[in-house]
Amino acid sequence: MSATGLLELTACQAVREIAAGSLSASELFAAYRTRAEADRAAGEGGLNCFTWVAEGAPRDGAPREDSPAPVAGVPLAVKDLFCTEGVPSQSGSRILEGYLPPYTATVVARLQAAGAPLLGKTNQDEFAMGSSTENSAFGPVLNPWDRERVPGGSSGGSAAAVAAGLAPWALGTDTGGSIRQPAALCGIVGLKPTYGAASRYGMIAFASSLDQAGPLTRDVSDAALMLRHMVGRDPCDATSLAFPEEIARPGAERLDGVRLGVPEELTGEGIEAGVLEAFEAALARAGDLGADVQPVRLPHARHALSAYYVLAPAEASSNLARFDGVRYGSRASDADDLLDMYTRTRHDGFGAEVKRRIMLGTYALSSGYYDAYYGRAQRVRTKIAEDFSAAFGQVDLIVTPTSPSVAFKLGEKTGDPLAMYLNDYCTVPMSLAGIPAISIPCGLSRALPVGLQIAGPAFSENRLLDAAYALEQAIGFDAGAARV
Amino acid sequence: MSDADRQGGGAEGLGPANGAGALEPVIGLEIHIQLATATKMFCGCETSFGEPPNTRTCAVCLGLPGSLPVANERAIHFGLMIGLALGSDLAPRSIFHRKNYFYPDLPKGYQISQYDEPLCRGGRLGEVRVHRVHLEEDAAKLIHVGASGRIHGSDASIVDFNRGGTPLAEIVTEPDLRSPEQVGEWLKLLRTTLRQLGVSDVNMEEGSLRCDANISLRATGSSALGTKTELKNMNSFRFIERGIAAEIARQEKILGGGGQVVQETLHFDPDSGAISSLRSKEEAHDYRYFPEPDLLPVAIDDEMIRAARAAMPELPADRAERLQREAGLSPDSAQLLAFRAELGDYFEAALAAGAEPAPAPQALANWIATDLVGRLGDGEDPAASRVGAHAMAALVGLVSAKRVSVGAGRRVLDQLVAQGGEDPAAIIEAEGLAAMEGEEELAAVVAAAVQANADAAERVRAGNAKAIGPIVGYVMRETKGRADGTEVARLVHEQLGV
Repeated sequence: MSATGLLELTACQAVREIAAGSLSASELFAAYRTRAEADRAAGEGGLNCFTWVAEGAPRDGAPREDSPAPVAGVPLAVKDLFCTEGVPSQSGSRILEGYLPPYTATVVARLQAAGAPLLGKTNQDEFAMGSSTENSAFGPVLNPWDRERVPGGSSGGSAAAVAAGLAPWALGTDTGGSIRQPAALCGIVGLKPTYGAASRYGMIAFASSLDQAGPLTRDVSDAALMLRHMVGRDPCDATSLAFPEEIARPGAERLDGVRLGVPEELTGEGIEAGVLEAFEAALARAGDLGADVQPVRLPHARHALSAYYVLAPAEASSNLARFDGVRYGSRASDADDLLDMYTRTRHDGFGAEVKRRIMLGTYALSSGYYDAYYGRAQRVRTKIAEDFSAAFGQVDLIVTPTSPSVAFKLGEKTGDPLAMYLNDYCTVPMSLAGIPAISIPCGLSRALPVGLQIAGPAFSENRLLDAAYALEQAIGFDAGAARV
Repeated sequence: MSDADRQGGGAEGLGPANGAGALEPVIGLEIHIQLATATKMFCGCETSFGEPPNTRTCAVCLGLPGSLPVANERAIHFGLMIGLALGSDLAPRSIFHRKNYFYPDLPKGYQISQYDEPLCRGGRLGEVRVHRVHLEEDAAKLIHVGASGRIHGSDASIVDFNRGGTPLAEIVTEPDLRSPEQVGEWLKLLRTTLRQLGVSDVNMEEGSLRCDANISLRATGSSALGTKTELKNMNSFRFIERGIAAEIARQEKILGGGGQVVQETLHFDPDSGAISSLRSKEEAHDYRYFPEPDLLPVAIDDEMIRAARAAMPELPADRAERLQREAGLSPDSAQLLAFRAELGDYFEAALAAGAEPAPAPQALANWIATDLVGRLGDGEDPAASRVGAHAMAALVGLVSAKRVSVGAGRRVLDQLVAQGGEDPAAIIEAEGLAAMEGEEELAAVVAAAVQANADAAERVRAGNAKAIGPIVGYVMRETKGRADGTEVARLVHEQLGV
């Protein structure tokens, strides 16, 4: 197979070729490794997707040509915040400079056990806080569709690497949209599973009650394949659950009888015209496929962003307390005493956005303010979950644009945190409700990709993937322009 | 949690006016018990005492990035047993909270504890009401290198994470205690209860029981509460009593002088007896409690309660009641044997040993609690001594049957304690200690004794009862203690005609 042909393969195709003996896993790994390493070495002169790339053959041994493992030989890019044994894992932060975890995150270990060798670690917003991957100690990631624009975030390195063909697929995490929004802005597929479907063990935590790992892939079939080898109860994560069924290979061609709900709260004001246009076109396609498209209400969804920006920072302020310079990571030198060491380590080690959220979260949990902020936000969260329950009594799935806008310019929103936070407007409600949602590319606006989000009830991933697959086939999105 | 506001901070009710009347201490306790589980509260590391530093650690108890806690079911089971023993309400649903603060012994920057939804609420042990019982994880151990021994002014501080994550049950009492001595007694009852339950070693020296005391004074008879102080981290029974006494004295002096007690956290230095304030800017904490998102609520179902109930041994209070009812012991003896479980166990083993003649239960209890305990080392378990329960029962049986005198019996016990042995009768035989049979033989010795102590005999005749001592002593010497003291006295009186 030619070098370019090899890079054109989806993960599913590569698995089949390797199993059939028509593709060498070592060659596939070497081809991706060379490209990833070139991008890493170029830093901000490239797309800056990678923070670390495997040296030579995979650490876990050369991919076995005859391996019966289900994803044998398909190289995996992994977001920096997943702990990988002996491999730098610093969640895009200076404060974890030089940190080498002594263990590997459960989902990474599961995918490795299924045969996927670790290709590299991908750049991200520091501690997954951001929607543009501009908040990284490693510098910003560029969007392969337009290098003056952001790839979205926080899993921007994973999304850009897959879109640009620097990795066949990648692992990301989503707290309020960190898989779906960069997938949308980079024209690829991103899936946030049901909260608890995949283990969080070994993910450097941002907001524990929201964080979920998920796939960033070139198509829906690859997302299903990766998800199949991620889900399941992990005794090391008390919040993980056994997935009630096997993740199937999606194959639906039609959407006959599928009721698709369009919530007016997430499809009106604040959504860019070009995005809405592509979204409407996708709804028309769904109609052509037999779907019953109807309006649905999510009355509390407009409060989701406010609740999210109380709850997520509150949890983050506690989760990030362990980065104190005592045991690992960077430590301020020549501190006068303990308090001075803490203060300076965290002052020097954290970036501005992380500090902002730690302060927000600390304030929200302070005695005297707890009920007004954290308590009220939890009540809003319950209301939003109830909204979705009610909506799913009426429709099977809910569709919205993934992001209110297409990829924006680097630096465009860095001075305006609220404008940046609005990127999560359509994705945060699902995160608060803990339900699965997928983003697939549904067209272009100003020559930039637009994402369509499909959400379903908890553990409805198979239905979600089937609907996404049918729409993907009907839309026939061409992501070729992003290839490097 | 410190439950800081529960005992009230209302200083208004207690002003200079109280200087006049008698003051009464009001004491509540917060007791931390290390649970004797095989593994830590939220990870699979073995719990430890005395292992080389940092050899019982993992990603979870070191708080490494990405690690997650998983609650120890055994610790929850032990918590339920404690709740049952104290008669608490067991919460069908309780949750863990994060208590946030920075300190090098706290690797995550928060302690996983329980806050407003604890495992157990209410209850009582003896005369003291229990407010709540909750579960949490212990901090690591900080060792400060340098002269001060405290973090301030030390050259360096090193951390041993072996203790970090050890399961703790915190028992919070209502402010029902009134004196340092009562605190000491009550803590002993608590210790016995917890040991009986098998949920903790409750060894203060090893730090498996640590105690904070909330102390305030009020006018005797008043129902209002004065301003309290919190005396932190006392770890021996003796220091607790001394520390509380010192704090009561300090508050008495302040209030007696017309001053106001300041609500603060205090440290008692057992070496100097001094009380110092722990208050500093860094310790003015707002713990920012919030529900631990990494753990699910603890749902207690009937099966868990059934399992806890099935694992419950007999508790001291029940045992004391049973020993009175079944063995006919006096209330004091029954309570002593019940509260010192090792004595109770030994007593019951001796009673069941089938010795012939059988010992009277009350006599057996007295012999064990007084004679045997007095001959053993401080706190030594009689079961670990050379005196087998059967030999003890046999000896007391012989005394009860008057086959050996009390005095001679004690000499047999001396020998059993020193050398062991299964058969007291054989020792009696070998040493010639058998009680004297027949009145004639003893009467002859008594006559000789009266003759040899003519002065004493004269005084006894004159009505001085105490003067009998030398005469009885003579008889005992002559008979090597085989004579029964009561019988000797009767014969002396008979022969002297008084």
